[in-house]
Amino acid sequence: MASTMLSLVSAALPLQENHKGKMNLGSSDCSSFLRKEKRNPFMKTKSFGRINMAIAVNTSRFEGVTMAPPDPILGVSEAFRADNSEMKLNLGVGAYRTEELQPYVLNVVKKAENLMLERGENKEYLPIEGLAAFNKVTAELLFGAGNPVIEQQRVATVQGLSGTGSLRLAAALIERYFPGAKVLISSPTWGNHKNIFNDARVPWSEYRYYDPKTVGLDFDGMISDIKAAPEGSFVLLHGCAHNPTGIDPTPEQWEKIADVIQEKNHIPFFDVAYQGFASGSLDADASSVRLFAARGMELLVAQSYSKNLGLYAERIGAINVVCSSADAAARVKSQLKRIARPMYSNPPIHGARIVANVVGDPALFNEWKEEMELMAGRIKNVRQKLFDSLSAKDKCGKDWSFILKQIGMFSFTGLSKVQSENMTNKWHVYMTKDGRISLAGLSLAKCEYLADAIIDSFHCVS
Amino acid sequence: MDPNHTISASATSGSDFGGSVFDHVVQAPEDPILGVTVAYNKDPSPVKLNLGVGAYRTEEGKPLVLNVVRRAEQLLVNDRSRVKEYLPIVGLAEFNKLSAKLMFGADSPAIQVKRVTTVQCLSGTGSLRVGAEFLARHHHQRTIYIPQPTWGNHGKIFTLAGLSVKTYRYYDPATRGLNFQGLLEDLSLAPSGAIVLLHACAHNPTGVDPTLQQWEQIRQLIRLKGLLPFFDSAYQGFASGSLDADAQSVRMFVADGGECLAAQSYAKNMGLYGERVGALSIVCKTADVASRVESQVKLVIRPMFSNPPIHGASIVAIILKNRDMYNEWTVELKAMADRIISMRQQLFDALRARGTPGDWNHILKQIGMFTFTGLNTAQVAFMTKEYHVYMTSDGRISMAGLSSKTVPHLADAIHAAVTRAI
Repeated sequence: MASTMLSLVSAALPLQENHKGKMNLGSSDCSSFLRKEKRNPFMKTKSFGRINMAIAVNTSRFEGVTMAPPDPILGVSEAFRADNSEMKLNLGVGAYRTEELQPYVLNVVKKAENLMLERGENKEYLPIEGLAAFNKVTAELLFGAGNPVIEQQRVATVQGLSGTGSLRLAAALIERYFPGAKVLISSPTWGNHKNIFNDARVPWSEYRYYDPKTVGLDFDGMISDIKAAPEGSFVLLHGCAHNPTGIDPTPEQWEKIADVIQEKNHIPFFDVAYQGFASGSLDADASSVRLFAARGMELLVAQSYSKNLGLYAERIGAINVVCSSADAAARVKSQLKRIARPMYSNPPIHGARIVANVVGDPALFNEWKEEMELMAGRIKNVRQKLFDSLSAKDKCGKDWSFILKQIGMFSFTGLSKVQSENMTNKWHVYMTKDGRISLAGLSLAKCEYLADAIIDSFHCVS
Repeated sequence: MDPNHTISASATSGSDFGGSVFDHVVQAPEDPILGVTVAYNKDPSPVKLNLGVGAYRTEEGKPLVLNVVRRAEQLLVNDRSRVKEYLPIVGLAEFNKLSAKLMFGADSPAIQVKRVTTVQCLSGTGSLRVGAEFLARHHHQRTIYIPQPTWGNHGKIFTLAGLSVKTYRYYDPATRGLNFQGLLEDLSLAPSGAIVLLHACAHNPTGVDPTLQQWEQIRQLIRLKGLLPFFDSAYQGFASGSLDADAQSVRMFVADGGECLAAQSYAKNMGLYGERVGALSIVCKTADVASRVESQVKLVIRPMFSNPPIHGASIVAIILKNRDMYNEWTVELKAMADRIISMRQQLFDALRARGTPGDWNHILKQIGMFTFTGLNTAQVAFMTKEYHVYMTSDGRISMAGLSSKTVPHLADAIHAAVTRAI
């Protein structure tokens, strides 16, 4: 410590102009303070020299902090904004756009917000676990209102900060109560998953998922890797519309996945960010989760309303833990609260109220379902048009049908990192380096341009 | 569980046979502060009084949404161009700029030279947590000194963030004031680089603040010892009624060119409790450092909640940037602060009128939302049981939860607790 201070003092240190005077004043004040301190028994005179050096130290405590790289996903939008080209296309982050490539606030959301404003509700703290009305409807939406897990009160539901926040609460629970247990994540998976588990200090490893040869699911690899993992691991599964690949297991494959998970006493951990958005049907998109719950398995499910209700910036989601008893669920809920309190105390009300109002009102709920079908429908149309454009333009006869087989907001194009960079550098198409494009950011009008870009990148860049 | 059924030792992923992977998860106790409201809600008594959590109540005992907040919300909801796209990881840029100006002064040189990075976080708690996580990763000294006593959630926030928590003397029960010598002694023994948590104003739970002269001495000592100050500013404008006066302590530490952190909350001063609006500012030596620090703070935020909620921050931004609305806010803020000051006077007078033994001057001297009554846990339990008065067991009462109508009941309860034969 002393040698560090010596070297800091001897370095050339710029003094800020307006502080020159103050530094001198400070020194003299410190000396007089020291004199005062000499009267006090706790202050030793021999420390006088060290203290003078401390005043002269003028470098930052954070001098050694290096510049972090931009977030690989959110950083794409930043780069897009900086691009002046007229042709630019943002297929980075998964935020829904209309055909006119404008952001979309759902009509039901506007209606709900107007209702809330009219009612003039207060802004008191929510309980740590969040808005009760929201927690109730979110569990019902996920499992189905009459589902035994709900009737038997076996689900611990805690409102979280969208998908990320809900995953983080679960990760913290795992770290605390299942120390050493691993989370198995798909290869590839959403880029932020590993960050969440790293920061929560939960070890993770990957299971095979994407097969580049078929541009489909490496099912045997997946089963094999899940089987090989230590008993009692947590298996992170995408409930529907796998991000980034868009490749989902079939119902039969889901059954087999559940089999191997039960066999190994693993704990399924679902990330459900696209319920209703994948197929257009809320129930269909929840079928994987419901399949596992119906087997009496204990499981975790993180939910997000960012995409399906377009509430991205409101940060509304939930963590659900299905337990084998109501008592266990109550205890788990209490411990989730203990994790949330030192993180943010209690969650934000606005998004929660919107969801509670929309899902809790039959008329708004139906209207929501219609809007969701429109959004999912637009994406399906865009998939078709992109496929048609690629098939028509590609002289090499590559099979682009995987685009039609994939589901949800994203398509995993199979483009490499270098090829993806070409997409950006030459064609001003912004996407993530893993070859993922967000179809939600694509309009029918731009499909042909995108097809040209993909064909060029795929065939001419290696 | 069926006693005749063999439960396997390994974790099962749940079955119909009663075993759960969560069997070892015990019921957590209620949060000591928020749990007071839980207990209060369960009480059927018509005279019950909630003086637990620090949430402002009107004279009628009702929660308050400021008029200016309602107006801002109306503007937001009516604005058809508004969208709900993800905010950047650091939050709403306008909100961040305005928050920094509010905290450090509109003409702050530190802001002008760009050596302050401000990121939107989840109210005070979230700002403290993100700041602490950043420090645990990037600051060479991972010890934080917190005052004794302090807000009940502080210790947990810092511990979970990876910091080691120590305390410095703060409250003197004998004088019901500041133990200034103890504070100086303890901080002077802190290792160089240690982080020091300071309540910017309206210390929670004691309501005891250093004088400006004492703040200056604290500043000198902190700079002398190379300690890193971390301010918790949850009551700016709420303590004295003046936004600038309540920011003096923080501004002193910025004016000397040094570094510090500041966690800001809009929960109380804008009544935005449930919206979770706050900001973390890190004041660095130079703009270059600030820029690098910000990039690393983003790495803390992304795996925690990705980006912050838009609604509350938008409300704050509208109010702060609009001259009329800002002025209206300061008026409403002063009215809240004044009502609390009048409650202090009324409670003091009521205890005097009852001849309640003891010196109750501290009720008038303490500042902010809370009074540290000096009542012990037995007395507090008595008041809850016999008088249905709910407060935290450390004797802290939220003056914001009192009204002219309920002061007599509270005074009766305190009187009974202090004079009872036990």
